[in-house]
Amino acid sequence: MPSNTSPSMSRRLFLTATGALSLGAALTACGGDSGKSQSATQPVSQADIDKAMKTPTELTFWTWVPNIAKEIALFEKKYPAVKVKVVNAGQGTPQYTKLRTALKAGSGAPDLVQMEYQAIPTFTITNSLLDLRPYGADALKSRFVEWTWGQVTGTGGEVWAIPQDTGPMGMLYRKDIFDKHGIQVPTTWDEFAAAARKLHRADPDVYLTNLAANQPAAWHGLLWQAGAKPYVSPSRSDITISVDDAVSKKLGAYWGGLAKEGVIGVEPDFTDGWYAALNKGTYATWLTAAWAPAFLSGSAKDTAGNWRAAPLPQWDAAKPSSGNWGGSTTAVIRGTGNAVQAAVFAQFLNSDPATTRMFTTEQFFFPATKALLADPAFTGDAPAFYGGQKVNEVFAGISSTVDADFQWPPFLDQAATDWTETVGKSLAGHADTVSALGSWQSRLTSYAKGQGFTVKGS
Amino acid sequence: MAAPRRTRSAGPLFVAPFMILFLLLFLTPLGYAAYLSLFQERLIGGTAFVGLDNYVQALGDSQLLHGVGRVALFFVLQVPVMLALAVLFALALDSGLLRLARVIRLGVFVPYAVPSVVAALMWGYLYGPDFGPFAQFARELSLPVPDFLSDTWMLGSLANIVTWEFTGYNMIILYAALRTVPTELYEAAAMDGAGAWRIAWSVKLPALRPALLLCLLFSVIGSFQLFNEPNLLTKIAPDVITSDYTANLYAYSLAFTGQQVNYAATVSFLLGLVIVIASYAVLLTANRRRTP
Repeated sequence: MPSNTSPSMSRRLFLTATGALSLGAALTACGGDSGKSQSATQPVSQADIDKAMKTPTELTFWTWVPNIAKEIALFEKKYPAVKVKVVNAGQGTPQYTKLRTALKAGSGAPDLVQMEYQAIPTFTITNSLLDLRPYGADALKSRFVEWTWGQVTGTGGEVWAIPQDTGPMGMLYRKDIFDKHGIQVPTTWDEFAAAARKLHRADPDVYLTNLAANQPAAWHGLLWQAGAKPYVSPSRSDITISVDDAVSKKLGAYWGGLAKEGVIGVEPDFTDGWYAALNKGTYATWLTAAWAPAFLSGSAKDTAGNWRAAPLPQWDAAKPSSGNWGGSTTAVIRGTGNAVQAAVFAQFLNSDPATTRMFTTEQFFFPATKALLADPAFTGDAPAFYGGQKVNEVFAGISSTVDADFQWPPFLDQAATDWTETVGKSLAGHADTVSALGSWQSRLTSYAKGQGFTVKGS
Repeated sequence: MAAPRRTRSAGPLFVAPFMILFLLLFLTPLGYAAYLSLFQERLIGGTAFVGLDNYVQALGDSQLLHGVGRVALFFVLQVPVMLALAVLFALALDSGLLRLARVIRLGVFVPYAVPSVVAALMWGYLYGPDFGPFAQFARELSLPVPDFLSDTWMLGSLANIVTWEFTGYNMIILYAALRTVPTELYEAAAMDGAGAWRIAWSVKLPALRPALLLCLLFSVIGSFQLFNEPNLLTKIAPDVITSDYTANLYAYSLAFTGQQVNYAATVSFLLGLVIVIASYAVLLTANRRRTP
């Protein structure tokens, strides 16, 4: 195992192995803490992998996925020597906070973690994740939906994590409310805005939708759909921030305008009031992601049978596109002492036909593998909550329209907080959203500069 | 010769447990924070020694100043109300005139036993503009729905939660202090013709002064460290309670959102200094009043 070799040794290995890469990328990868163990960049031989998988090992895996023990049992059956210990360290940000603290402390970090796509750059910038290429991860590329692979790979081609589930965005809508008010399912954002005004005028207690003022993830998904490239990092220390470019301003004017008119809701989501509103029919649509159909059928039981799914309304009806909101991956922590076992586990868990299918039937995950998205057993599911509509088929179609080039900033938490306090605040306060985009841009820019990045921006 | 030596060696032994804990749990973290505050670690470029730069930045940081200003305002608003209520309850209980004194004492104290996280969640529900009971009641009566979670009301709403939580706690301290007042004083006052109110005003309240001062000091520290309640309400009022709403919340956000651990240490250190100064000011004014 190369993790104990001296830094200079592994650096030489690294340079030999990546001779084809540009010097910039090589420097980037070596720019981290030289005291930390560097990962292998030469392929690990199958013999070494086989040997490691027969060595008794216990892997610690931080994940918030409920009942994941079922999937893990399949792995442990295949590799009886390797045991996986599951720790639930919280979902999303709480887990990342604990992880960051453990990494800083130098002890207590697990071997593997559940990680959302958008959080990956935040952890690769601190050199915390293991490149999985030496363990054969590249070979899995063709099995996954194209854009998911773009989300887990680095600028130098590194594979930082294995996709687990996804959240291409679509629109869940109340067929009964639409029918009652004679509203057609909007296919463009213009139609959507007209419908919002019409519906609210007809019934002041009902809004066409709610754009949560505390949900930067939804905003990023909508930006993604509109073709925006808010964050572009050509190299480790360079970033272009353009969260108030023309595309963003178009979005800001659109949503800020509807909020100001008062024809859409802007209440925080995933709160008691919001759940009640969904149950009560205050909102006729929920612009959300592919994981939402299963989630909604559990949390708005009173409305069973009334919901349907459709793609998001489009900016350009001729070129349907969507963004992604949510979904996550399995990543290996660079400091792990069990790199081979952890890397094999991450790959098995998320690409084995049996485990990936189990994720769709046990956890109702929306898959990241092409095989499942094309599998009639998955797409043919017709839940009664959606009036027997094949909801998975709708979202499987949407999945192929997600742009593969969207990137996240290496300081996601800051970007998200700043969004809530500028753009979100403007939506909630019926203030000028376009000028709030400017505040978001300037706050993020000064943060990034303060963190030593070379920043370009619109 | 033997006896004094034993005394001398026993002293440090008794003090040792305190000193060890004091060193480990108080001085070490404090020292470490002070040490951290002299550096700057950046995502690009690593860690550098910056001397007092962080302090210079913090003193001109409007987000920090607003946070400190807000908790100072909170202190001025909330603490007098809470302590007045605590004194009233303590006097009422001590008067022995209340029926069900035990039940009342427990009833006032119980909110303190509720963890502040639970309290904030509970009040968050009560304040809710759609399904909160206050809002529903107002709608029933066709009155305007009170917007407890708006910018204007938020500080008051927070003050209400904290008052609800800590009145009983302060009452217990004051009540205990009242129980130590010698009953001869009351008898003497009664013999001089003082009624119940007169005794409360002229005998009991002066006797309460040291305990009240203690409560006040705790309140200074608690107010300036305000964190739990706003941190939980931010989920239902994200556009009102920003990440720099209170100074403590700001330090937390710096460390865990912005990954600016060093600057967060600086802010925490300065906040500690503010609390020391505020506490000292309170003590000084109280002492001056006692010795005119």
